[in-house]
Amino acid sequence: MPKVKVDGVEIDVPAGATVLQAAELAGKEIPRFCYHERLSIAGNCRMCLVEVKPGPPKPQASCALPATEGQEIRTDSEMVKKAREGVMEFLLINHPLDCPICDQGGECDLQDQSVAYGRGGSRYHENKRAVTDKYMGPLIKTTMTRCIHCTRCVRFSEEVAGVDEIGALYRGESMQITTYLEHAARHEMSANVIDLCPVGALTSRPYAFEARPWELKKTLGIDVSDATGANIRIDARGREVLRVLPRNNDDVNEEWLSDKARFQVDGLMKRRLDKPFLRRDGKLVPATWNEAFAALSTLNPGASIAAVAGDMVDCETMFAAKALLGALGSTLLEGRQTGMDYDTSSLAAVNFNSTFNGIETADAILIVGSMVRWEAPSVNVRLRKAVKRGARVFLIGPEWETTFGGEFLGEDLSVMGNLPQHVVEVLSGAKRPAIILGGAALGRGGLQAGLSLAGQFNLVRTLEDGTAWNGFNVLHLAASRMGGLMLGYAQQGGVADLIAAKPKVLLSLGADEVDYTRFAESMIVYIGHHGDKGAHAADVILPASAFTEKAGTYVNTEGRVQLSDKAVFAPGDAREDWTILRALADAFGVTVGFDSFEQLRAAMVAAVPALGVEGLADYGSALPSGGGSASGAIAYPIKDFYMTNPIARASATMQRCSAELLHGEDFAEAAE
Amino acid sequence: MALLDKDRIFTNVYGFQPWNLKEAQARGAWDNTKDLIARGRDAIIDEMKASGLRGRGGAGFPTGMKWSFMPKQPPLDQNGNPKPSFLVINADESEPGSCKDREIMRHDPHLLFEGALVAGFAMGARAAYIYIRGEYIREAEVLFAAREEAYAAGLLGRNAAGSGYDFDVFVHRGAGAYICGEETAMIESLEGKKGQPRLKPPFPAGAGLYGCPTTVNNVESIAVAPTILRRGASWFSSFGRENNKGTKLFQISGHVNRPCVVEEEMSIPFSELIERHCGGIRGGKDNLLAVIPGGSSVPLVPAADIWDAPMDFDGLKAVGSGLGTAAVIVMDKSTDIVRAISRISYFYKHESCGQCTPCREGTGWMWRVMERLRTGDAHVEEIDMLQQVTKQVEGHTICALGDAAAWPIQGLIRHFRPEIERRIEERHGSLQQAAE
Amino acid sequence: MADRYIEPDTPELRARWGNFAWTEANAAKAKEIIARYPEGRQRSAVMPLLDLAQRQVGAEENTQGWLPIPVMEYVAAQLDMPIIRVVEVATFYTMYNIAPIGRFHVQVCGTTPCMLRGSDDLIDACRARGMKKGATTADGIWSFTEVECMGNCASAPMVQINDDNYEDLTPDRLDAVLEALLRGETPKAGTQDPARHTVEPVGEPTSLVAMRTENHDYRSEW
Repeated sequence: MPKVKVDGVEIDVPAGATVLQAAELAGKEIPRFCYHERLSIAGNCRMCLVEVKPGPPKPQASCALPATEGQEIRTDSEMVKKAREGVMEFLLINHPLDCPICDQGGECDLQDQSVAYGRGGSRYHENKRAVTDKYMGPLIKTTMTRCIHCTRCVRFSEEVAGVDEIGALYRGESMQITTYLEHAARHEMSANVIDLCPVGALTSRPYAFEARPWELKKTLGIDVSDATGANIRIDARGREVLRVLPRNNDDVNEEWLSDKARFQVDGLMKRRLDKPFLRRDGKLVPATWNEAFAALSTLNPGASIAAVAGDMVDCETMFAAKALLGALGSTLLEGRQTGMDYDTSSLAAVNFNSTFNGIETADAILIVGSMVRWEAPSVNVRLRKAVKRGARVFLIGPEWETTFGGEFLGEDLSVMGNLPQHVVEVLSGAKRPAIILGGAALGRGGLQAGLSLAGQFNLVRTLEDGTAWNGFNVLHLAASRMGGLMLGYAQQGGVADLIAAKPKVLLSLGADEVDYTRFAESMIVYIGHHGDKGAHAADVILPASAFTEKAGTYVNTEGRVQLSDKAVFAPGDAREDWTILRALADAFGVTVGFDSFEQLRAAMVAAVPALGVEGLADYGSALPSGGGSASGAIAYPIKDFYMTNPIARASATMQRCSAELLHGEDFAEAAE
Repeated sequence: MALLDKDRIFTNVYGFQPWNLKEAQARGAWDNTKDLIARGRDAIIDEMKASGLRGRGGAGFPTGMKWSFMPKQPPLDQNGNPKPSFLVINADESEPGSCKDREIMRHDPHLLFEGALVAGFAMGARAAYIYIRGEYIREAEVLFAAREEAYAAGLLGRNAAGSGYDFDVFVHRGAGAYICGEETAMIESLEGKKGQPRLKPPFPAGAGLYGCPTTVNNVESIAVAPTILRRGASWFSSFGRENNKGTKLFQISGHVNRPCVVEEEMSIPFSELIERHCGGIRGGKDNLLAVIPGGSSVPLVPAADIWDAPMDFDGLKAVGSGLGTAAVIVMDKSTDIVRAISRISYFYKHESCGQCTPCREGTGWMWRVMERLRTGDAHVEEIDMLQQVTKQVEGHTICALGDAAAWPIQGLIRHFRPEIERRIEERHGSLQQAAE
Repeated sequence: MADRYIEPDTPELRARWGNFAWTEANAAKAKEIIARYPEGRQRSAVMPLLDLAQRQVGAEENTQGWLPIPVMEYVAAQLDMPIIRVVEVATFYTMYNIAPIGRFHVQVCGTTPCMLRGSDDLIDACRARGMKKGATTADGIWSFTEVECMGNCASAPMVQINDDNYEDLTPDRLDAVLEALLRGETPKAGTQDPARHTVEPVGEPTSLVAMRTENHDYRSEW
């Protein structure tokens, strides 16, 4: 631990720290544009210059300079003040003063730092540089005259995304940032460059000219577009969610967010169920809540009721439905909408046990039946990091374009039982071996075969340093999956058990992937927020809330319990899901034991205590031994990354992404 | 006490004789190189240190010491294998005024290849890359051909020159970028990237080309090494003043009667260099206005200060400039001195790599103001502002290009401020006249 | 620089260059070039390969040669390199022509050492022949660029035309060179001063006199 002096105050800094980090540890703010904790050090903006002794008699870039024993660092000297003013002036001479019409205004590093560190006025009397805008796709709006060439976007796409498509062409003052031939950025994390851009060069296209940051109400939430539980901030004005940004959580999404999670939210204003509907003469007709409940109260289902949970529902909704069914005497709960029936008796056997942080440190990884880029983009980023550290990756399933290399071994589940010798050797010799089973690998004996590989390669072990390692991982696709499993939303035979029971009433909790034709004789009551597949099949529609419109608990594929807050009110007559279920209890003449959300949550935590503690739930490390053989061609469940849920399907932005990025449709830059 | 022809290292610098191996050997190149190598790494480096040779690329860092920075034990890579070391020879001669390496490469390339082997051996390098600027097309052709000759004769490659040491030399052509003369930019360029300088630390001797220990040396520094070893450090250090030893290729351009490249001893007074080799200043001594003594990066020196100055590192530092590459740009009184410097400012704007802010933005700003000063379309206060802008660039950039862009302007303002002010007043005067 | 731009990627460009492949000789040359660099470091070969490709394009269309986008993609594929990194290199270094170019690329050095010795007059001479900076004449013969220091300062002013330098120029000497090129001749490269060999002081020698007449070995005088 080197000792350094920052502005006269002596502090210890961790070995390997930079001067910038040392100064921050000492509580000194160091302005910067190019430096970013999660990217390689470029040292090109020169804003972080400080005075360091011993060293040459000129200011040093603190972001790149290692802190060493006995250094004297000054961040408050005349030299440093002058250096910052100088760099600031250079950055501004060719930067347009168009802050009033710039979407970055109010959250712009350049704006903030010029106030803090710049000089009062400009001495530049020459013409300013103008740079033509570059097309970067439907998500990223560019105003390249504003670019200060920090190269964060270049480094992000090369280092983090692993899709080398942004570069800095030409040189000197003519240098320009662009994608190759101005093609749209083509990966699932592309819009993160918007957050990284310290100025208004790269801004959000869908959010363009929508709002100023100070007008927005910011709510902390959890993303539900996949099972990783990305931490998000929901920015809303009035009743409208205008944008979603990632929150920093090193354990989950770091500070990245997939394009779908970020941009599907315009779908929250489209195709919404904003009033109840009843099917009359084969047609869904609008109704009032009173009419709806009056109709429902005549059903008297008794125990002949089942519930199926959709991919995006929260634990509270599922618990409320479970309580309702329980009061009616039914336990017919299922969340695996598409019919999967893998064994859920051990939650450890269906969990991502390594954790996302842990998988980065794995040195040999076998991925079965998961197209990780689409199913969990932020996990894909982790895999790339693992490979950069030296991990070997093997994949079973149809080939897809990985961002981390890897060797595809075959497309059939049977490869699991017949791994090539070199793969066996790598997995056997690894210190931290891991297996990832995707949704496409869980059925047809896949989970059991995976568990027996876990035994064969000793995936659960104690490492040399005494810490525990569990390399057995299941990567789910649905945000509701792990919570649902903890709440018992799984029948031994899957949805087939529900079908076989021929329930009088089927409660659909936003379930849009179920084959409702199999429930032709049931009265289908759809409690959800979008007029999507589920609503079309319903006999009664009770309009409910999307994830931004209710508080809720979610458990991600690692078993991480996280809480999300309510950002806005649901539109029209739509209500929060739990209140609907509570009212249904009255309609069916039973009691569920809660009259408020707090009571509901307390009852849920009483039933499943792990849901009351934020963080990783403990499922134990013991894995069932598995066995048997798996076979069958693997087919990844996601056919279109941008269209996986009712919100995304309603989103104009996601529709355009799908059409342009996946189906190659041309969108002329009309009227811009 | 002029330098005698027998003490000139580059005897074929004018190319009156063929560059080929046979003729080069007849002149003394590749003469029992095996023996030089047999002296061992330490002895070679000690001899180079004793010779007082300072790098000929501009910065003047002692060459022997630079070689000694290379690790004796190679560092290990990820898999525990020792990393190779590399010698990179900087033949990206692009500093305005400099044209000496070109003559070495096209007329005496075997001195360079022999030097590469000796230097490479002394620093434990596995191979050398000669990075030659792309515009030296015919010069590169000579290098490729000379390399073939050396390989065919067993002088390079496995058991190079019978020394028992395996050493390869490759020629890599640039493609038009002054900045690649900066050692880390050169390494980046060699790796197939844009030539943008790296942050230091790490220094190339620790992690250079492909992350391996690397030393970057100028062509002349390498090419003189075998002769120094053959004739001894004391021979080389018998020329020039203390701390400024040896012989040196001077390149005199501009307003002299007979511009030329000539090898002279270090510390030769400017007047002697010009009178003896260049036929004097065009129009006579009194017609001299100023001299840029070390290539475009160094500040100009007015006639009065340069005339008796010894042409070496310390002598030119004493007159507020530097030896640089010993590229002497002479300007007589017919010169539009503001334009001459403004053109240099344009050069730096053109060659800025664009990586770091002060240089990317500052070089263009400085040039634009210089152009206005050239025509007088400015205010007198802008001279001070320009001076401040040069100070905001100098010392704030990743590499020295920022400094190099700042110094010529600072030199101009220091010595020719009255001329700049005169132009401003003249223009304002004429504008006023026009208005009346 | 500021006016450099990449020739747009059009269907016509694809049609013309989409099938670009090395000639047999250049394929062998490319292989030899890649072998100059350590294994796994083939990216180092991007600069020489772009040069080779430019020359091949030039040979095909009888110009100095340039780099159409599909040709850059071809090089990128051979080196297993992201295309954007290749385009970065091609746009960074000024010797890569990223737009079509004429048969003769007249590059007048305009930096201070040449300027002091009359490069303005050379530029005027080029203009007088209808050349414009950064442009190609309508007949496709001349492309004209003012370039930065070419390292021929002791024989300034100079012009580089395709692969050859013409030094110690005056407008008349330049005219003579250009006329010879137009006639399809190969004018003598190097200094155009009849009294000069290379970069020695013109006239009476001031050093290395013996070398003028014989391959003199000075070692006996050591």
